[in-house]
Amino acid sequence: MHIADATRGILGANGIVGAGQNIATGAGLSAKLRGTDQVCACFFGDGSTNQGTFHESLNLASIWRLPVIFVCENNLYGISMHQSRHQAIQDIADRAVAYNIPGVVVDGNDVFAVYEAAKEAIERARNGQGPSLIECKTYRHHGHFEGDPAKYKPAEEVAEWMSKDPIPRLINYMIDNNILSKEEFNDIDSQINDEIKEAIKFAEESPWPPIESVVEDIYTDIVEEVKK
Amino acid sequence: MKNLSMMEAIREAMTKKMREDPTVFIMGEDVGAFGGCFGVTAGMFDEFGAERVRDTPISEGVIIGCAVGAAATGTRPIAELMFIDFVTVGADQLVNQAAKMRYMVGGKIKLPMVVRLPLGAGTRAAAQHSQSLEAWLAHIPGLKVVYPSCPNDAYGLMLKAIEDDNPVVFLEHKILYGVRGEVDENAKPIEFGKADIKREGKDLTVAATGRMVHEALKTAEELSKDGIEIEVFDPRTLFPFDKETLFKSIEKTNKLLIVSEENKRGSFAGEISAMVAEECFDNLDAPIKRLCAVNSPVPFSPVLEDYYVPNAEDIVKAVTTMF
Repeated sequence: MHIADATRGILGANGIVGAGQNIATGAGLSAKLRGTDQVCACFFGDGSTNQGTFHESLNLASIWRLPVIFVCENNLYGISMHQSRHQAIQDIADRAVAYNIPGVVVDGNDVFAVYEAAKEAIERARNGQGPSLIECKTYRHHGHFEGDPAKYKPAEEVAEWMSKDPIPRLINYMIDNNILSKEEFNDIDSQINDEIKEAIKFAEESPWPPIESVVEDIYTDIVEEVKK
Repeated sequence: MKNLSMMEAIREAMTKKMREDPTVFIMGEDVGAFGGCFGVTAGMFDEFGAERVRDTPISEGVIIGCAVGAAATGTRPIAELMFIDFVTVGADQLVNQAAKMRYMVGGKIKLPMVVRLPLGAGTRAAAQHSQSLEAWLAHIPGLKVVYPSCPNDAYGLMLKAIEDDNPVVFLEHKILYGVRGEVDENAKPIEFGKADIKREGKDLTVAATGRMVHEALKTAEELSKDGIEIEVFDPRTLFPFDKETLFKSIEKTNKLLIVSEENKRGSFAGEISAMVAEECFDNLDAPIKRLCAVNSPVPFSPVLEDYYVPNAEDIVKAVTTMF
């Protein structure tokens, strides 16, 4: 449910809105203390920028000049609440001023714009210039959770944003500019679809975990009693 | 052997580990040149510098959260909060992040981190700087809870806490910081889940933690004059908890008094009582008794605060009702 892959440095999607921002400062500090050129990218939504964690972590990252990139995916909604109702600003990047760090607004549905902004922020981080805040203006195509009817989103708004969907936009750009042929795209697309189908099949065919595993991985060394 | 105060013992253990392992570092409010709210880190800034003895802003959430992220990525942070009362401000990071991360990623991440939490009443610091909240912490799977009562235990348990690959909350009773004792600096770390019998006796077991261990020991002589020999059991770690040693003691004495500085309602003293009632009932020949603090916030008035905390006199009274 909460996607993570420590082997790839992905510390996990967090169940608590905004909590990952604090953890990101630690990953940044660790990179600095261990003397690596690692940079921590922390992703969160507009809703989480009203949590105390946002303030605490940007402030700490700024004063310690930590190699952290705070990436806000402003998709206009904090659960059901439109951004215009949950905060009195339009550009969350404006909040960077309070921490004396760069705050940039980019079209979050434009892969190249996001790439350019990220590149600059990564360079700054690696040069010891500290964190950056990148606000990617985007949209949440679906509801907050699977099965959310999302009636709070006006149909015209959804239609407008669906027309800006970054995936077809990138594909069309690449085909139009001869970076990718239609056939190559179809190959990649079907290959990925197969991978997904295989993953679903694997998940569906996998047995449920044994009851004993309920107490696994709480600690590295202590195993709690299985019995209730 | 060296004669050290509890505070010095904690400092020496941290210093030893920081000399051995460059990934160990300290962070917290005013822990740097200032030396920490109670002076525990005094002088460490001079030896290790600002990179490894890091002053943080007054932001308890990010102090703990930063430790989580740093621990998950190859370092061993020691985070200090000024008072355990402030753990409420950083509770999400301790309860939902530190304690859960390993479980939620199927054991692919380890979190070698220590959160130091000064606690306890008796300093005239009023209701928001004096609580004993260990039951909250011991309630959470994923945390280990350490509570030393003397310098030697504090030293050995701190060595172990820093070596441990899991989140450890290290409880330091403020009144005990100045208590002195012999510390074997070459001793091995003390394993968690190994209680210590601070005094042997045959008539009644007193299970106590932190400052209450000392209050219990104070009563021993007086009770001895009345022909009652109490055994003082100090669990040293609340989780893991050494049931075996406690049950063995009760098998001998057949009586249990639990003394704790917590508010009685929902206390860890209640947990100990339940453990014994469930699993060691046949060895009891009197009802288990709990002597805890009053169910009130810690009062500011010295008269009220002194009444609020159990003391040696209260223990003598409680013990004598059990015969």
